[in-house]
Amino acid sequence: MSAGPSRVALFGATSDIAVAYGRRCAEAGARLVLVGRDPAGLVASADDLRVRGAAAVEILHADFADLAGLPAVAEAAWAAFGGLDLALVAYGALPDQATLEADPAALAETLELNFVSPAVLADRLAARFEAARAGTIAVITSVAGDRGRRSNYGYGAAKGGCQRFLEGLRHRLAAAGVTVLDIRPGFVATKMTAHLPRGGPLWATPDRVAADIARAVARRKAVLYTPWFWGFIMMIVRALPRPLFHRTRF
Amino acid sequence: MTGSAVFASWGNRLRIAHPVLRPATRDGAAAMVAGGPPGGLLAHGNGRSYGDVALNPGGALIAMRRLDRFIAFDPETGLLTCEAGVTLAEILAVLARPAADGSGWLLPVMPGTRFVTVGGAIANDVHGKNAHREGSFGRHVEAIELARSDAGRLVCTRTENAGLFAATLGGLGLTGLILSATLRLRRVAGLALETEDIRFDTLADFFRLDAESADGWEYTAAWVDCLARGPRLGRGLYSRARHAAGVAAPPPARAPRFSVPVTPPVSAVNGASLSAFNALYLRRLGSRRSRRAVRPYGPVLFPLDALGRWNRLYGPKGFFQFQAVVPPQAAEAATAELFAAIAASGQGSMLVVLKRFGAIASEGLLSFPMPGTSLALDFPDRGASTRALLARLEAIVMAAGGRLYPAKDETMARASFEAGYPAHAAFRAHIDPAFSSAFARRVGLLGDTVR
Repeated sequence: MSAGPSRVALFGATSDIAVAYGRRCAEAGARLVLVGRDPAGLVASADDLRVRGAAAVEILHADFADLAGLPAVAEAAWAAFGGLDLALVAYGALPDQATLEADPAALAETLELNFVSPAVLADRLAARFEAARAGTIAVITSVAGDRGRRSNYGYGAAKGGCQRFLEGLRHRLAAAGVTVLDIRPGFVATKMTAHLPRGGPLWATPDRVAADIARAVARRKAVLYTPWFWGFIMMIVRALPRPLFHRTRF
Repeated sequence: MTGSAVFASWGNRLRIAHPVLRPATRDGAAAMVAGGPPGGLLAHGNGRSYGDVALNPGGALIAMRRLDRFIAFDPETGLLTCEAGVTLAEILAVLARPAADGSGWLLPVMPGTRFVTVGGAIANDVHGKNAHREGSFGRHVEAIELARSDAGRLVCTRTENAGLFAATLGGLGLTGLILSATLRLRRVAGLALETEDIRFDTLADFFRLDAESADGWEYTAAWVDCLARGPRLGRGLYSRARHAAGVAAPPPARAPRFSVPVTPPVSAVNGASLSAFNALYLRRLGSRRSRRAVRPYGPVLFPLDALGRWNRLYGPKGFFQFQAVVPPQAAEAATAELFAAIAASGQGSMLVVLKRFGAIASEGLLSFPMPGTSLALDFPDRGASTRALLARLEAIVMAAGGRLYPAKDETMARASFEAGYPAHAAFRAHIDPAFSSAFARRVGLLGDTVR
């Protein structure tokens, strides 16, 4: 990790994956700016990262559902240490699909928080990274974005939209030497999935995912399935012929 | 956040479904305690207690691993404040990194596994191979933040809420919920250890070696071949170590590289494997009587941590761990009697740790370490014969004026607990009315009914 990014912004800094990744950066001596909306959680996380070796930690309060405020958030995060080497966009919400089908406002909110908001934020950051001609924009999407499925297509569509947006952003930023990393985790034992029954070989810890992210950043990967076996699982899910697919219920 | 989950003792004999609370913040945890849900509460850390001290059938468990944040570290004084769910492995990985001259901060007391939480280390007032020099874990605790159902959040130190502080060190989690603690780390001139292993033939030789090692060696313990009988009774290996000034060592890994993936259908520890292990282990030094080396402290202090989930090797029936300490004047005779009883039973133990505790008093009302000699053993559960052996060992220890270790125990009688821990009566006054544990009910610290 010694050659990891030295100025890091974590958007959704108290999410479990961001915490685990932030700890790795801190232990390598990075400077971090934590962006989120839970003041007590951000302070606790900042203290933790300082003890772990972070050279500096700044806190930035933001509500990611407030789309109009996003450009200012991106600017403030960029300015905290006079530029960034890595931005990790790690916020999101996983509502119950049945709720989204019953409540159009909830569906719109989910699409906004999981797609529109990270897309707008990444786009604002892209301008800065492009001008600096270096760095990594990493966004946590999901394997759920790989194919629309009855059990979570509201969330999945937002994540899928994000994947497509990042693909385009990557195309644009390639010339500037900026890496755009699309992180697609499977089941991760986090606050977001606390309501789901857990356990079994498909579930990963946030720390495992963070380790994979660190490796993908170092290797300048474009798309990361984490843990790795999700790449194969989703290849099969995407390839299932529709008549067969429609007989599944997942 | 509530649910239900099965929690197993490390000995794998007890597997019990509990309602479980999983606080993500100290505020959230304190609110859960204040809410005082019906049935008793008990904190559960990293699940390394062998018996029933961390289980609470009929009540709920508070899973503490999410409270894993560091809060502050002062590199001038070595004072570390962290949440109760931080593991010792994590503290070592983050703070015990060697400086250019090989020196570094280190936990002053490290038990045989680093995969325990700070809360658990305090609640069981754990000890390590340097118990004769540094005392128990609690001696290096400066402050404890406790959530009580009847008094809210309290800071306990040696001067503030001092009675509750002493009760909470080794208090088996019954005095309230430990939210965070301040520990005093120790600066060592070299993180690596200079080690020496020495073969000995009799228990008398062990006691002689141990007496001559007490001053010059910080970490001492012995392994004894408990299958040996007659004139060979008491043969074993004595291990001693001290920090090597100027020699650096990296922290041990955060997780074992290899783990036992599944529980084999029968115990892998049996008569044949035990004879083979003992014969090989005794010949570790080849034809030499002793061997010196300079090594990182991880493999020296945490040999069992090399293999994750090693407890599964004992199969689906699990195993008992036995650990007791007998006072100095009775130590030599009682230790010989214990080994004779084990040899006579034919139930050997692979793990054997014979260790002398020093004169440093433990402060906890229910702390296990006291001056004397401690013996720890593992026995696969073979039913009635194993229980009979444990009862025999318990009788020898109690007759010698010793005590058994609650963190390892599943079988001690109430009378043995009360005789071994005379401060139990004073301790009762500090028990939080909303807390309970299987152990506390078993030894009569609480009524038999769920509270």
